[in-house]
Amino acid sequence: MRRKKKIKKPTRPRLAVYKFASCDGCQLSVLNLEDELLALGQALDLAYFPEASSRMGKGPFDIVLVEGSITTPEDARRIAFVREQAKVLITIGACATAGGIQALRNWTDVEAFKQAVYPSPDYIHSLSTSTPIAEHVRVDYELWGCPIDKEQLLRVITNLLAGVRPHLPTHSVCLECKRQGNVCVLVAKGVPCLGPVTKTGCGAICPRMGRDCYGCFGPAEGASLGPGRPPNTASLAGHFHRDLHLIPVEVVRRFRGINGYVQPFKTESEAWEETLKRES
Amino acid sequence: MKGRKGPAKKKTRTIAVDLLARVEGEGALRVTVQNGQVRDVELRIFEPPRFFEAFLQGRHFDEVPDIVARICGICPVAYQMSAVHALEQIFGLSVQGPLRDLRRLLYCGEWIESHTLHVYLLHAPDFLGYENAIEMAKDHQAAVTRGLRLKKVGNRILTLLGGRSVHPVSVKVGGFSRVPRRIELQALADDLRWARDAAAETVRWVAGFEFPVFLQDYTSVALRPSQEYPFNEGPIASNRGLEIPASEFESRFQETQVSYSNALHCTLEGSPYLVGPLARLHLNQDRLTPLARQALAETRLSLPLRNPFHGIVARSVEILFAVEEALRLIEDYQPPPEPALPVTVRAGTGMACTEAPRGILYHRYEVGADGVIRQAKIVPPTSQNQGRIEEDLRGFVPRVLDRPNKEAAVGCERVIRCYDPCISCATHFLRLEVEQV
Repeated sequence: MRRKKKIKKPTRPRLAVYKFASCDGCQLSVLNLEDELLALGQALDLAYFPEASSRMGKGPFDIVLVEGSITTPEDARRIAFVREQAKVLITIGACATAGGIQALRNWTDVEAFKQAVYPSPDYIHSLSTSTPIAEHVRVDYELWGCPIDKEQLLRVITNLLAGVRPHLPTHSVCLECKRQGNVCVLVAKGVPCLGPVTKTGCGAICPRMGRDCYGCFGPAEGASLGPGRPPNTASLAGHFHRDLHLIPVEVVRRFRGINGYVQPFKTESEAWEETLKRES
Repeated sequence: MKGRKGPAKKKTRTIAVDLLARVEGEGALRVTVQNGQVRDVELRIFEPPRFFEAFLQGRHFDEVPDIVARICGICPVAYQMSAVHALEQIFGLSVQGPLRDLRRLLYCGEWIESHTLHVYLLHAPDFLGYENAIEMAKDHQAAVTRGLRLKKVGNRILTLLGGRSVHPVSVKVGGFSRVPRRIELQALADDLRWARDAAAETVRWVAGFEFPVFLQDYTSVALRPSQEYPFNEGPIASNRGLEIPASEFESRFQETQVSYSNALHCTLEGSPYLVGPLARLHLNQDRLTPLARQALAETRLSLPLRNPFHGIVARSVEILFAVEEALRLIEDYQPPPEPALPVTVRAGTGMACTEAPRGILYHRYEVGADGVIRQAKIVPPTSQNQGRIEEDLRGFVPRVLDRPNKEAAVGCERVIRCYDPCISCATHFLRLEVEQV
């Protein structure tokens, strides 16, 4: 009898999605790929994606998406484990990439926070900071946004599957905004728009909806100071104060938002906090 | 998933599921059984706390809708709606006419998106025996494709009104930063007409699933406005005669902290109660739109629905309602003269409750004369349902004690999943342990 030749099924790249402190919105962006989800499920083996599947595959994984920031001692240990399982690790969203809105705790006394929210704060185990993934382990690609742009995620995954190095744009969202023909809200309405210092990616939705950008996609690079350089936050903050009459505490709040803990924004808000202290 | 049976001589048996999937929220369940009796049921939420109420202090009121949206990526509109209504109460604003209608339309979008996500991608795989919707699509291609397209219709409404579906940007105190032209809304009509059929089909589809017989005696709590199915307004009512304005929420409902959970438990005068689609339907079924009412009647289920496993039916009926309501709002729409009412800041305290997809969501803000938040309090639906989930499990566990460990654990997970828990309005990670002492 002829021995049946065992044909090995071609293995698909394995994808995992891990969550830390976050709102789930970036993972939801994956499930919001309504037109592509089933095809994605064929191209990739969704080995570990607890929000979407009870299948709890074990690592190693080819692509790991990480949502959320590190806010507890346990999560600080868990991210090291996740890194070991990942061939390529991609952070998705403002929490994982910059510490997220919950990084506002980094300027305050977390004990006081706990007491404001919980009657028995002793039960709560929490670090005093919320930090991005890259402060703990090596990160291969960072997707900005609060939430991420699902098309950008799809492009990165498709690139990786094709063996192409993903290219993520870093220029200011103003370019996209101008291209759409929006009226500049900073100039025409005099509202403190963060667009000039914010990375493109969202599709300039805030000015399109008649309001100021609030920095969901983090700091742009190469805006006015040249390629690879941080954006000129000092100039924009000065304009807010001098011409739009924002008082220092308002300038601090402006830069201390969704991506407040990321370097250029952090430096700017802290500088204005100093001004505030000097004035009072 | 891991199931471990201890050797017979051991007195303690632990059944553990490391991860409960298809749930938004990070937590664990521990059931202790002593002499065949359920002793403790603890739904432990270890989703890391993010301290929103604390860091809202010191922020300007006009930043609140952007900040509170970040509590939940699946129901950001609910957080924005409760927030702006509470703040408008302080400033003496009443948003009526087309602006009010647009807010209802935005909420329709969120209910369609959130409910369809749960019905098709998270919950249906339980009834049909799959790990996830992608696997399910291999045998149920038409259904999954219909679900994805239906979800997309909800997201389209959100994107049109809010710029994007997750964390929309246009909601503000007094109205919107931009309102659509009539023709923009008209463009949704074809999609919505398709969605109306798809939603009716969804009700028929889920009503045909097999449900365990598991009846509960619920105290249902929901908003009950005088005329319509609730979104943003109405007194808080129950099937046991409660009827109070949102401003009295804290005098009747109490939040308590338990050692095993990062989420506060909320009770109504000391007892657990139910919020969400089953409770809303219980109190407002006479306010459903015609097709939704008809679809519910055709399921031939006896009302009120008292089986938590029928949550998927209630959710599907509400999808159909939201689609019909969206169509009506689009037909009637005439753009308002201004996208938002002017705001005159004054100091004060405001409270509001709106119907998030998972149930009532309470917000209270105290604002200074400078427009800066002095204090904030938020009670999300899942912290209200926590006690009720534990009660259900107390009743459910005895039925599965004779089953193998793994099967018992899976059964308990399914009870939890009926609630579509948005535990921190987040994760997925619920560990289940059943301990036998």
